[in-house]
Amino acid sequence: MRSLVYITSLFLVCFVALMPPRLSVGPLTLYRPSIRINALGLSFVRDLSFKLGLDLKGGSHLAYSLDTSGISESERDHSVQATRANIERRVNLLGVSESLVQTAKVASDYRLLVELPGVTDINTALSTIGTTAKLDFREVKTATPGAQPEFSSTDLTGADLKSAVVQFGQGAKNGAVGQPVVAIEFTPSGSQKFAEITKRNIGQPLAIFLDDQPVTAPTVQEAILDGRAVISGSFTVDDAKKLSIQLTAGALPLPISILEQRNIGATLGSESVTKSLFAGLVGLVVVWLFMLANYGKKGLLANLALTLYVALSLSLFKLIPVTLTLAGIAGFVLSMGMAVDANILIFERIKEELRWGRPPSAARELGFLRAWTSVRDSNASSLITAGILFWFGSGSVRGFALTLIVGILVSLFTSITVTKSLLKLWNS
Amino acid sequence: MEFMKYKWLYFAISLLILIPGLISLAAWGLRLSIDFTGGALIEVQTREPVSEDRIRRSVLSQNLELSSVQTSTDNTYFLRLKPIDQDQHDQLVNQLNSDLGGAFSLRFETTGPVVGAELTRKAILAVVLASAAIVAYIAWSFRSVPRPYSSWKFGLTAIVALLHDVFVVLGLFSLFGHFYHVEIDALFVTALLTVIGFSVHDTIVVFDRIRENLTKFPRLSFTAIADFSLTETLNRSLNTSVTVLLTLTALLLFGGTSIRWFVVALLIGITSGTYSSIFNATPLLDLWESRSKPVQK
Repeated sequence: MRSLVYITSLFLVCFVALMPPRLSVGPLTLYRPSIRINALGLSFVRDLSFKLGLDLKGGSHLAYSLDTSGISESERDHSVQATRANIERRVNLLGVSESLVQTAKVASDYRLLVELPGVTDINTALSTIGTTAKLDFREVKTATPGAQPEFSSTDLTGADLKSAVVQFGQGAKNGAVGQPVVAIEFTPSGSQKFAEITKRNIGQPLAIFLDDQPVTAPTVQEAILDGRAVISGSFTVDDAKKLSIQLTAGALPLPISILEQRNIGATLGSESVTKSLFAGLVGLVVVWLFMLANYGKKGLLANLALTLYVALSLSLFKLIPVTLTLAGIAGFVLSMGMAVDANILIFERIKEELRWGRPPSAARELGFLRAWTSVRDSNASSLITAGILFWFGSGSVRGFALTLIVGILVSLFTSITVTKSLLKLWNS
Repeated sequence: MEFMKYKWLYFAISLLILIPGLISLAAWGLRLSIDFTGGALIEVQTREPVSEDRIRRSVLSQNLELSSVQTSTDNTYFLRLKPIDQDQHDQLVNQLNSDLGGAFSLRFETTGPVVGAELTRKAILAVVLASAAIVAYIAWSFRSVPRPYSSWKFGLTAIVALLHDVFVVLGLFSLFGHFYHVEIDALFVTALLTVIGFSVHDTIVVFDRIRENLTKFPRLSFTAIADFSLTETLNRSLNTSVTVLLTLTALLLFGGTSIRWFVVALLIGITSGTYSSIFNATPLLDLWESRSKPVQK
């Protein structure tokens, strides 16, 4: 009985997440809630609408011009490509999936075109993409007591960085408690340089400059040999995140300037969305009928589980959020056919156990038990593929892998856990 | 059913499809869309709003193929097409001007690829790594298969079946490209990755039954067990394929033209995946594992 409550409430949660923003039922008007959680300085805000990709909804089109004047003819193509790769990394780190970064050429001028699907905060995107983020460390040249210290450059720069991540201060030299800071780690050679610089500057301030602007100038307490440091300033979480992205992606190889920023419509007409949604519905109904015809009562339960699969996956797409493209929708329709695979495996096994003369209740137990190894191994291999694609891939490949991972995990839950408890309920 | 008896027939059928495709791949390669090659981007402004269809027709009358149109603000439209030169551009804009009641070009750029060399390289690297990881996973998960059979052979055979599916899709699309001018685009990459993700999935289900039966019936030959296991899992293999093919057919019939070839790639890949898990992977494994027990027959 308890499982029925769980499953019903899951359906209800999904219904709330998936319903239109405003729903009128007779005299009642229901509004879809949005999620707003602020904890530990990190905010989690979701308005629970689908994020649609460039092909379905359009987004922002940014055109940058690249300044190649300081680069020799032979090096040009290479530095343009390096700049493109760097900007793509920044866009990916921003968490904007299904975006597009491509080079363009007008006569002898190089351009970069960036298209971002449905970015709400275009200014953050613009400043994260556009700034060069040249980081360097400077030591005090002349220490006149009372006067503003004058700094001279050291050979330690952003190129010596291995990683930069946002952390929260823990007091003392790690920044004020709870204050967002950027923790950096140097490469081995960078660590060595950093160790030497801190060694000769004990008691002196060591300034961190970003794009020739001082960010912070903490006083060196002792020589730092492990190549780790913290950049603290009066950052907001967003500032710290932006800085860490720029530092991780490195400085832009070429200076860029924005030429144009426009909103653009979808590459595919809206009828392709309705068409593929209709196709999805047809697919779902056909799978329902197939399962019902083949497995009868058990098929009915599997269909209920499949419906929950669809509702749960779509809710998760809203929650994560996953940017939906037409390919993504098609892939999801395909995954509905795949989601019943575990059910088919289990039901076929139950049929076999019955054929071998087991009593029905034992056959049901054994069916789930013995089909498990094949369900586990086949899904594990798909998860390995998807995981490596997500980890390694970039751009659209990553988005695809994420949808795949969500689909596999949700289908495991619905086709095994949910079907099993429904089956138990039916027979009790 | 005695599946293993006809294994050479199954291999022959696979080769019949693979060889023309591979020859076509070597001779003609794949027909790449502007997602891979880069193309032209023209921003056009018209006097009054026009439908994307009218733009499409107008471009077509210049014998140019429009890859996409995007509507922007102030009656401007982004047209993406294959690389064209300045003359072609000027002619096209003239045509648009007369067809659409006033239009001029705001900018004309030659764009680089969307699916750049880096994305392709990374995707290939990821697939190679994933294959290696799957071999390792199967070798570990199937470690209980009794000696002298080796779980490594299970893993490697699964990857051979996966390569079969990948090259069936690549080869057929190379042929489609040559004969029907079908281009592969960014969606095709996604389709190929989906096929890879699910190819091994199918194979493992059959292998799992072989693993179970090997311990259950230690006296039977590998061939007998392979036959037996395939017969037992046949229903499941067919049913799962049917549900997947049903959803794909729904997409093909009702999903609209923009994803037609994407769905075709998936249909071919999934069909090949089902075929190869039954008729390639298991016979191949039988051929390989039976060697390690020549005495027992």
